[in-house]
Amino acid sequence: MSTNSAARIDNAQAHRRRKTRKLVKNIASYGFLSLVTLIFFAPIAYLLIGSFKPKNEVLSGLGGFIPEHLTLENYANVFNAFDSEATGYFYKFYVNSIVVTVAIVFGGLVVNSMLAYALARLRWAGRNLVLSFVVLLVILPFEAIAVPLYDLLNDYRNTLFAQYIPFVASAFSVFLFYTFFIGLSSEIQEAARIDGAGPWRVYFQIIVPMSRPVFASVTILSFLAAWNSFLFPLMMVDSADVRPLPLAMTVFFQQQQKDWGTIFAFGVLLILPVMLVFLAFQRFFIQSVASSAVKG
Amino acid sequence: MAITAKASIGKSRKKRFGYDQWAGIFMSLPASLMLLLFVIIPFITAFVLSFYNVHLSSGHSNFMGFEQYRRILFDPETSPAFWQALGNNFQFALMVVPLQTGLAIALALLLNQKLKGIAFFRTFFFMPVVFPMSLVAVIWSLFYSRDLRGMFNSLLHSISGGAINPIDWLGTPGLALASVALMSIWAGVGFQMVIVLAGLQEIPMELYEAASIDKAGKWQQFRAVTLPSLRNTLVFVVIITTIFSLRLFDQIFILTSGGPLGTTSTVMYQSVTAALIDDNVGKGSAMTVVFVIIIILITVIQRLALRQEKEIK
Repeated sequence: MSTNSAARIDNAQAHRRRKTRKLVKNIASYGFLSLVTLIFFAPIAYLLIGSFKPKNEVLSGLGGFIPEHLTLENYANVFNAFDSEATGYFYKFYVNSIVVTVAIVFGGLVVNSMLAYALARLRWAGRNLVLSFVVLLVILPFEAIAVPLYDLLNDYRNTLFAQYIPFVASAFSVFLFYTFFIGLSSEIQEAARIDGAGPWRVYFQIIVPMSRPVFASVTILSFLAAWNSFLFPLMMVDSADVRPLPLAMTVFFQQQQKDWGTIFAFGVLLILPVMLVFLAFQRFFIQSVASSAVKG
Repeated sequence: MAITAKASIGKSRKKRFGYDQWAGIFMSLPASLMLLLFVIIPFITAFVLSFYNVHLSSGHSNFMGFEQYRRILFDPETSPAFWQALGNNFQFALMVVPLQTGLAIALALLLNQKLKGIAFFRTFFFMPVVFPMSLVAVIWSLFYSRDLRGMFNSLLHSISGGAINPIDWLGTPGLALASVALMSIWAGVGFQMVIVLAGLQEIPMELYEAASIDKAGKWQQFRAVTLPSLRNTLVFVVIITTIFSLRLFDQIFILTSGGPLGTTSTVMYQSVTAALIDDNVGKGSAMTVVFVIIIILITVIQRLALRQEKEIK
């Protein structure tokens, strides 16, 4: 009897000890995670805080992290510093980025998913040839064709057209759609075909509604690439009128007299739409990136 | 009865094939045509242009055979710049690939714990990935500022109590490329981390249970279960990070312009500036061709590494 209760006390103590050890371990984990988060967030915090500081206090070592003398002046300056044909207009940079991004994302969703459907589900002569080209092109980074494309599109310098047209069709997007469509159960499609639905109807009424995850992934990935694109606009655009946001910010950054406050406010306004979409759909963002890699 | 049924199936199949033929062509045409015009033709054009001396400004061009390749690869006057750039790319890869992959594994393991609110931390680790490299470079140029107003110099100064003098992070040969690498790791590691995390979550729990029954410690479990199960994921991460190192351009253009003394120049930087600043598209194209050959070699090595894995299984 007594040995039994002693064992029970021992047991309870061991349980408590295990619980304490787990608690300590959890606190250590959270502490470490917070520290790493702090390091990762530091440059973003520097940008955010700096954009609200007087321009001569932005570049001030560790002091750049201290939010004091906050002002909205820099944000007003973003609009005031770009006020002529020579400097370009800030709203125009925004419009340029939006037009190029929308053309790439929506144009891409339509043409790439249609090609992928034709490759995955339709039987036509030439299918295998096109499919093998798409698979080959997936590995080719844009950098491999930037210079010859610069030569070929020479007549379209300083246009928005030259900034989006090479990026609408994307072998990578086609490949993402293709692997998704191949994985869809073909029973419903077969049934619809037997009931007399043509390939267009099957595509619009069955495939598209069933494939929301892959449409979301491709939207997110192509949106990021288009909004952040730098190399090709740099090559194709000299005139301020058709500059997209990242290029306009870089041109402003490379001026001799640096106005850090305005540069940082520009940076915040450039990343703002991406951050809003990211924070709203972050789970999809992370899933799309992960899925793009696993399938690729 | 049976014969007619068979005949009608044959007929409908034939009809269906005919119908698909047109739908297939129409649906594939827009994207196929654009891929042809804006990827395949430029790709072929790179080879063609590399045999010419092209000046876009004057419209002048003349055939020069392998002269561009001789100049960038063998000419004692002009080739050292290209070899230095290629060497810088590989140096950059040697710094970034092991550090970034190692860090990605560590972060993924950290996030793979069963803790409340882990998604919150994941969001922050991943956040730099959505930033354009141009903006990352602008922010970090303040971190790397060479006087005490630079964040890193200020930090080292206060930690050391004033003992460490300001360092010119981006202006010192031998240090500049490492500084760019550190920044690129911050910007890119979230991407690799997410891929490794997805790989970790696919490892069956039974493997860990079996290992702990065999009294394997945490480190032994990591070496005997986690790493082998992640093999394909890690091969993929290493290859993609290597290719990313070869594509290095934006950061260099914005932060260092290839300096000091060419120690941060890269193949893409040389190729783009040849076309854009020296108005020499032929030279830029020849460099593009060399770049593509290297990418293809790396991809072939990846395929071989993955195939080997299958054979072992």
